[in-house]
Amino acid sequence: MTTITFENVWKEYDERVVLEQVNLSLDDHEFLVIIGPSGVGKTTLLRMLLSQEQPTRGRILIDGEPIASEPTADRGVVFQRYSVFPHRTVLGNVMMGPQWAGAPILGRFFGARRKALEEKAMALLTRVGLGEHAHKYPAQLSGGMQQRLALAQALIMKPKVLLLDEPFGALDPGTRKSMHELVGELWEENRMTIVMVTHDLPEAFLLGTRVIAVDKRRNDPQAPERFGASIVSDFEAKCRSVRESRLFEAERARVRLALLAAAPATGDDPTVPAFETALVKD
Amino acid sequence: MRRIINYAPRPGVRLILAILPFVVVLAIYMLGSNARLAVEPADKLMPSFASFWNTMVRMATTVDKATNQYLLWWDTWLSLQRLFLGLGISAVLGLVLGIIVGFVPYLRATFEPFFAAFSLIPPLAVLPILFILFGLGEASKIVLIVFGIAPFIIRDVMLRVSALPTEQIIKAQTLGASTWQMISGVVLPQVMPRLIDSVRLSLGAAWLFVIAAEAITSEGGLGYRIFLVRRYLAMDVILPYVIWITLLAFLMDYALRRLAVAAYPWDQIKAA
Repeated sequence: MTTITFENVWKEYDERVVLEQVNLSLDDHEFLVIIGPSGVGKTTLLRMLLSQEQPTRGRILIDGEPIASEPTADRGVVFQRYSVFPHRTVLGNVMMGPQWAGAPILGRFFGARRKALEEKAMALLTRVGLGEHAHKYPAQLSGGMQQRLALAQALIMKPKVLLLDEPFGALDPGTRKSMHELVGELWEENRMTIVMVTHDLPEAFLLGTRVIAVDKRRNDPQAPERFGASIVSDFEAKCRSVRESRLFEAERARVRLALLAAAPATGDDPTVPAFETALVKD
Repeated sequence: MRRIINYAPRPGVRLILAILPFVVVLAIYMLGSNARLAVEPADKLMPSFASFWNTMVRMATTVDKATNQYLLWWDTWLSLQRLFLGLGISAVLGLVLGIIVGFVPYLRATFEPFFAAFSLIPPLAVLPILFILFGLGEASKIVLIVFGIAPFIIRDVMLRVSALPTEQIIKAQTLGASTWQMISGVVLPQVMPRLIDSVRLSLGAAWLFVIAAEAITSEGGLGYRIFLVRRYLAMDVILPYVIWITLLAFLMDYALRRLAVAAYPWDQIKAA
């Protein structure tokens, strides 16, 4: 369970108000997409959630607790660029987080521990489609592959919240489409909360379960920096009950197929009892 | 007729063109030397290649009476020792201070302007101070080299550290890295290739300081020898020594370049 709450958050730089009166509460397992014009403070909002910047007023809570004042492992991130380390191989990049957590001085595992981590990392890399590129350096990968790597690198830490800052902004349309599928699936599989910033509307409504638009509610032409942006619209892009019933349906279909597949192998009298058990299970 | 920048030589032609200036300089020297020697066989200013060879063979294979050493090797050993010590200390200082000061904002705010001012002090101007403080021995020469090139390396490393994308540092923190882990796992490995480059760029300056220090006070060394035999107009020693120093500097540069390629393959890939 992960919930995120913004309590009357403001962000000001000297006289310039960037964000004002941001109030938001986010349920567990939501895919929140933040949209809005460029330079309005979408990324600032994300940075505050990451603790890269501090709110001037108000506070941000995760699971009811105020977030740490610096970036920590409970919030993973993928930026538009530069989220991977150029001096480590693909496999090395994915293994960095757990090694840092487990080896404070050397930052490196040896022997059996290393082998176990390597297997885990390889499984994750295969999941994001980078299995055969494990020993390349990031500079040898395409933009889309680098973003897949950045995702795998963040996911191995099992963050409560995954923050995506225009992660597909620099990708071509084909790659973007496959990345959308991947992110959607990973979100389902890991049952985490994702917060993504984008300015691509179709992308926002394709992926998001909730989409918020950030913009200035009021503007003083004499002093354009007097008022900051706030959440101006809040869409429930995919109704929660529909989502959950779909999930339930998918789970039921899966169990039924599994039972059907198992039945002929075990039972002497195949089809009829198998169907019966499947129905009873439902 | 295309623009001149659009004409590029083929690889074979390129090689010939690269060799050409060397050949031309040698030929001019040879012609000048022959012309002078024809008039005055004992001419000292432009000796023939044969006399260069004879002098060098003598310096490399006969024991000098005054010092009881093979002079060429003895001089080379002394100078390289000073150079390597100076460069090594500067590189280590540059790496440690550059990373720590470049990475920790409070230290950066405190020391960056100081280093900037410090690096503008002309090292040769403080050479007398070094002689007074450290005596006329080896210490003052090595301190001169360190004084001359360490500030440059520190600043270069510092710039490199601050040029690392913020995204990477934030990402490392979201992966749970401590400050030490970020320094050892993210900053240091990415700064190392740059450090090697900066040492390569400092080679020229390091040689300059070695020779300057040796010229003033020393018992041996390549620079010392050149300035010693200057009194006798011994161009047959000076010119081969200059070429020898150049060759040594070239070899060191080449070795450092190969080291960077071998040790940091990812940097090469990134550059390409």
